[in-house]
Amino acid sequence: MIEEIRELNIRTKGLLRRFLARLKLELRRILPQIIAILTAFLAGAIVLLVTGYSPIEAYGALMRGAFGDVFGVGQTFTKATPIIFTALAFLFAFKSGLFNIGAEGQLLVGGFAAALVGISFDGLPPFVHVPMALLAGALAGGLWGFIPAILKAKLGAHEVITTMMLSYVAFYVTGYMVNYPYKAPGWVPQTPLIATSAELPRILQPTQLSASIFLAVILVGLTHYTLQKTTFGYEVRAIGLNPTAAESGGIGIKTGMILALVISGAMAGLGGAGEVMGVHRRFIEGFSPGYGWDGLAVALVGGLNPVGVLLAAVLFGALRSGGMTMTRVTGVPLDIVSILQALVILFVAAPMLIKYLLKRGGIKWWSS
Amino acid sequence: MVELLDVITVGLFAAALRMATPIAFASLGGIFSERVGIINIGLEGMMLTSAFTGVAASYFTGNPWLGVLAAVLVGGLLGLLHALLTVKFIGNQIVSGTGINIFALGFTAYMSQIIWGSRGASESVQGLRVVSIPLLKDIPIIGDIIGSHTPLVYLMLIVTVLSYVVLFKTPIGLRIRAVGEHPAAADTAGIDVFKTKYLCVMVSGMLAGLGGAFLSLGHLSLFAWGMTGGRGFIAMAAMIFGNWMPFGAFGASVLFGFADAVQMRLQALGLLPPQIILAIPYILTVAVLAGVVRKAIPPSDYKPYVKE
Repeated sequence: MIEEIRELNIRTKGLLRRFLARLKLELRRILPQIIAILTAFLAGAIVLLVTGYSPIEAYGALMRGAFGDVFGVGQTFTKATPIIFTALAFLFAFKSGLFNIGAEGQLLVGGFAAALVGISFDGLPPFVHVPMALLAGALAGGLWGFIPAILKAKLGAHEVITTMMLSYVAFYVTGYMVNYPYKAPGWVPQTPLIATSAELPRILQPTQLSASIFLAVILVGLTHYTLQKTTFGYEVRAIGLNPTAAESGGIGIKTGMILALVISGAMAGLGGAGEVMGVHRRFIEGFSPGYGWDGLAVALVGGLNPVGVLLAAVLFGALRSGGMTMTRVTGVPLDIVSILQALVILFVAAPMLIKYLLKRGGIKWWSS
Repeated sequence: MVELLDVITVGLFAAALRMATPIAFASLGGIFSERVGIINIGLEGMMLTSAFTGVAASYFTGNPWLGVLAAVLVGGLLGLLHALLTVKFIGNQIVSGTGINIFALGFTAYMSQIIWGSRGASESVQGLRVVSIPLLKDIPIIGDIIGSHTPLVYLMLIVTVLSYVVLFKTPIGLRIRAVGEHPAAADTAGIDVFKTKYLCVMVSGMLAGLGGAFLSLGHLSLFAWGMTGGRGFIAMAAMIFGNWMPFGAFGASVLFGFADAVQMRLQALGLLPPQIILAIPYILTVAVLAGVVRKAIPPSDYKPYVKE
C-alpha cells in the first residue's frame, strides 16, 4: 500500500516536472513575441504622449471596448475572423519560402466573387448556396494567388512586387464592379444584398459575429494538419527550408510553390467570402480596413504556427474593435492601431533585437 | 479615337518626365540598397513618410526647401532603421520593409489628423516653384518637354548620372559592389562591410525621401493619404527592369512615368471608368516584371553577412 502511494507520488512529481519543463520551454519560445508586443505598446504610448494624449486613458478605453462587455468581445472575435484567414494565407505561402503580401487583394476578389454568387441565385437551399458562394470566394482568391505564382515559377517575377501590384488591381477592379455593373441603387458603392440563402448565420446577436469564425478555426486545424502530417505539407516546408535539397529529393519545387501560393490566395479569398456572407451581407467598397496587413502581422506574432495565429488574431481583433471605442471616447486617431501593428512587426522582424534588449535589461532568461 | 489621339501631346511627355521623377528617385535608392545586398521593400513607406514630413515642414516654416531637407533626413532615418534591423540584428529584410510600409501608412495618417484634423489630406502648403532653363526651354519640342520643371526633376537627372559615376567609376563604387557581390572577400580586402551597408541603405532612404518630397511638394503641394500609391514597389520593378543599373532604372522609370501620365490624361477625358484607368500602371508593372526578369541577374544573394 505504502509502496503504491510512494510510486504514485513519484510518478505525479515526474509528470508535474515534465509539465513545468514544457511550460518553461513554450514560454521561452513565445517570449520574443510577448516582448515585441509589450515594446510596441510602450513605443505607441510615447507616440500618444508626444501628441498630447494619455496612453493610460487610450489603452484603457481600447481594452474596455474590446473586452469590457459581451458586445465588445463579440466584435473582437468578429474582427479576428478575417484576420485568421489572412494570417493563415501569409503563413502557408511563407512555409514554402514565398512572401504573399497581397492577401488584401485576394480577400477583396474572394469577397466580391462570393457576393456575386450570393446575388445571382435565388431560391437555392442554403446548404447548396452557402458552399457555392464560399467556393467562389476561394476560387477567386486562389486565382489571384495563381497569377503571381505562375509568374514566379515560370518567369522568376518577384512575388513581393507582383502580389502587391495585384492587390491594387483587385482594389480597383472590385471598385469598378461595385461602382458600375453591380452597383446597388443609392450613393454607396456596394452590391445589392445577397440572397438570405447565401448568408452565414450570425451566432451572437446583436454583434456581427458569424459562423465564419467556425470556418476560420477549422482552417487553423486543417492548416496545422496539412503542414505537419501530410506528405504535401512536408514538401511545402522542405521547399521553404532548402529549395536545392528539396529538388534533389525529387520534389517539384515549381509545382509546390504554385500550389502553396494558390492555397494561400484561396484562404484569403475564403476570408473575404466570410466577411461578405456573414458580416456585411453584400460587398461594400473598402470594407476591409487592412485585414491583409493584419494577417501578416498576426502570422509573425503567432510565431508562424497555426495555433499561435489563433491567439494573435484575437489580440489584433481587439485592436480593431477596441480601437473604435478608443477613438470615440478619447479622440485618439484610429491609425494608432496601424502604428502599433507596424511596431510589433518591426520588433518581431529582428529577434536578435529582442535578445539584445533583454541582455541590456539584465534579463538572463534567454541564455539559459 | 480622335479624343484618344489628343492625349498624345508634348505636354504628355513633359508629364511623363514629371511622373517618372519620384519613381526614378526611389528606384536609384533601391539600387544603392540592393547593391550592398539589402532588399528595400520599405521604399514605399520611406517615400510616404518623407512626402508627409516635407509638407509638414513646409507648413510650419513656410519654406518648401526646408521641407525637402526634412524629407531627406527622415528618409535617411528610416533607412538607418532598416539597416539596423537587417544588418546589425540580422532580421528578415522583407518583414522589416513591410513593417516600415505599414508604419508609414499609419503614422502619416495619424499625424495628419493631429496637425490638420483630417485623415484624407493636409492643407495646401508652399510647394516648389517651376523653374525654366534658359536656352533649353526655347528649343522646339525638347524645350517643351524638359525646359520647365520643378528643380527636383533636374536633381533627379543629376542624381541618375551621379549614381552611375559613383557606382561604376569610383573606388567607392567598387567597394559598394564588392560588399553586395562577395562580402567575405570585401571584408578580407579591408572594406568595412557593415559600415558600407549602413551608408548605402541610408542613402537608399534619402533618395526615396527625395521621391516622396517631389510627390508632395513638387507635384501637389499637399499631403494626401497613401499618396505614394505603390510607387515604391513600381520603383523596385523599374530597378529590376533596369538590371540594377542607374540608367536602366531611369529608363524604366520613364516608362512607368509615361503610363502614369497617360492614366491621368485618360481620367481627365472621362472615356473609361476611373477605376479601370487607375489599374493600368499596376497591370503594366506586373507585365513588365513577367516579361524581363528572366534576363535580370541580381547583384547579390542578399544573405546577411556574419563575421567569422
